[in-house]
Amino acid sequence: MTTASTTAPTTGTALVELDDVSKYYGNVRALEGVSLEVHAGEITCVLGDNGAGKSTLIKIVAGLHRHDAGTFRIEGEDVSLASPREALDLGIATVYQDLAVVPLMPVWRNFFLGSEPTKGAGPFKRLDVERMRATTRAELLRMGIDLRDVDQPIGTLSGGERQCVAIARAVHFGAKVLVLDEPTAALGVKQSGVVLKYVAAARDQGLGVVLITHNPHHAYLVGDRFVLLKRGLMAAVHTKDSVTLDELTRQMAGGSELEDLRHELERPSAT
Amino acid sequence: MSATAPADDLDHVDERLLRTSSLKKLLARPELGSVVGAVAVFLFFSIVADSFLRASSLGTVLYAASTIGIMAVPVALLMIGGEFDLSAGVLVTTSALVSSMFSYQMTANVWVGVGVSLLVTLAVGVFNGVLLTRTKLPSFIITLGTFLMLTGLNLGFTKLISGTVSTKSIADMEGFPSARKLFASQLTVGGVDLKVTILWWIGLVALATWILLRTRFGNWIFAVGGGADAARAVGVPVSRTKIGLYAGVAFCAWISGQHLLFSFDVVQSGEGVGNELIYIIAAVIGGCLITGGYGSAIGSAVGAFIFGMTGKGIVYAEWDPDWFKFFLGAMLLLATLLNAWIRKRVEATK
Repeated sequence: MTTASTTAPTTGTALVELDDVSKYYGNVRALEGVSLEVHAGEITCVLGDNGAGKSTLIKIVAGLHRHDAGTFRIEGEDVSLASPREALDLGIATVYQDLAVVPLMPVWRNFFLGSEPTKGAGPFKRLDVERMRATTRAELLRMGIDLRDVDQPIGTLSGGERQCVAIARAVHFGAKVLVLDEPTAALGVKQSGVVLKYVAAARDQGLGVVLITHNPHHAYLVGDRFVLLKRGLMAAVHTKDSVTLDELTRQMAGGSELEDLRHELERPSAT
Repeated sequence: MSATAPADDLDHVDERLLRTSSLKKLLARPELGSVVGAVAVFLFFSIVADSFLRASSLGTVLYAASTIGIMAVPVALLMIGGEFDLSAGVLVTTSALVSSMFSYQMTANVWVGVGVSLLVTLAVGVFNGVLLTRTKLPSFIITLGTFLMLTGLNLGFTKLISGTVSTKSIADMEGFPSARKLFASQLTVGGVDLKVTILWWIGLVALATWILLRTRFGNWIFAVGGGADAARAVGVPVSRTKIGLYAGVAFCAWISGQHLLFSFDVVQSGEGVGNELIYIIAAVIGGCLITGGYGSAIGSAVGAFIFGMTGKGIVYAEWDPDWFKFFLGAMLLLATLLNAWIRKRVEATK
């Protein structure tokens, strides 16, 4: 059902728009001239090999780094984000592959981390623990995760489940844009499927999604737009209906470079 | 996209969860190891030292525990937040020295000195925190630096001002009786003499437990210690949390320092060196993970209580006090092994 989504051209302003954005670390060109659009109810996939600039791109959108050149617009407004807090306040929630959650903390504490609801006033202002527990359970259930015990350390959940909790958290806090950093990288086939379903669920709730991955198969399953990065530059841009999975895989895998590699690796006896 | 479909994929997780027994949950409490240790130490000295079980001994043991415990509480919170403070021991002395010397030199009411001391001590704590968060150097190095600097300053300034290594007595100065009442008085409850530091200690443990478990700041302490990057990414003010924790250590160092001053009238400027390790050990015995993100204030209190019992128990058993260090080392090793095992269990399915 996830592949059935339409790729009709979206009208109106993009939720997030990068135009010719560059980022340099000293004399290292991490990213140069990258453009990207994210629309509500759509998934934009960013593909690239290690060192292609995927993490740099995500850090700019998430507010961890400022971009050095080009324009970064959120709902049409020019921005330059100074902190993740600022990005969150503008509706951009980022879920990282490794550091999505604090493993030793209970699920419910993780769910509300950084945005804890309180009750009472003055010195008696305290966490609304009952509400936090109940909301966590309800929100996870709504995303289809049925946890009996929200008190268990989140580190005891599987990698896929932790990603799902982080996604559910972003949806609950009213994120307009969800940025996912390699959500399926460390997961098996089944777990990846579960995570991709949640990604699609978030999209169906009207969020714009940026999916960073080096797996074209996962990207093609859910994506509407594809941006290929190579060595910090934009190598290609596609929409779902302008590219086939085979073509995407070929470009992603390096295209002609892969051909060369095949020749190099061929056994002498085979020639 | 139906919401029920993914539930099928995750059903097996629920079954696995249901098998978690209440015993295992109890084992996962951070204080458990320390409580077992405390009971063992208590039973041990009850048997080998006849005078250990007397009511008067209890007062002595609790007093010894409280002087460590007052500092073990903020040090435990800081450790949960993922950092150390090696300057905590000498900061207590600094606090007492500033208070005493300011009042004496200015011939002011001792309460003025007490206030000035609070400001100076907090400034040192905030300095530690700001330097740590700005430079991103390990707290071990930063606070080792401030530890050495304070040790030097304590001795140097005291010699410069008083001419000796100790301060002048301020016992006859204005405000001394009331300050002594607050920081160093003694109450008699049911025939047992209890020092007021025990009340401070209990109060601080209760306050720290409240902060840790029931406030936003507490949630942030666990988060910055357990995963600073993850915490920063969801908008937790990591730097402010850490600076706050160092200020907490400073505040408790101020209380300890004022106790030191008002119970002895004079302060030896070389005191406090080595105590920072005792506070850290109490916190670790109490179940704080040395790598941060896990622990409790109550655990630190149990750790301090073990210290008190061992230190005084050896005296009551009329043994050579040198054995104290051996006990301490063994306790620390056992506690750390237990902690490591717990962490492995918690993260087993990662």
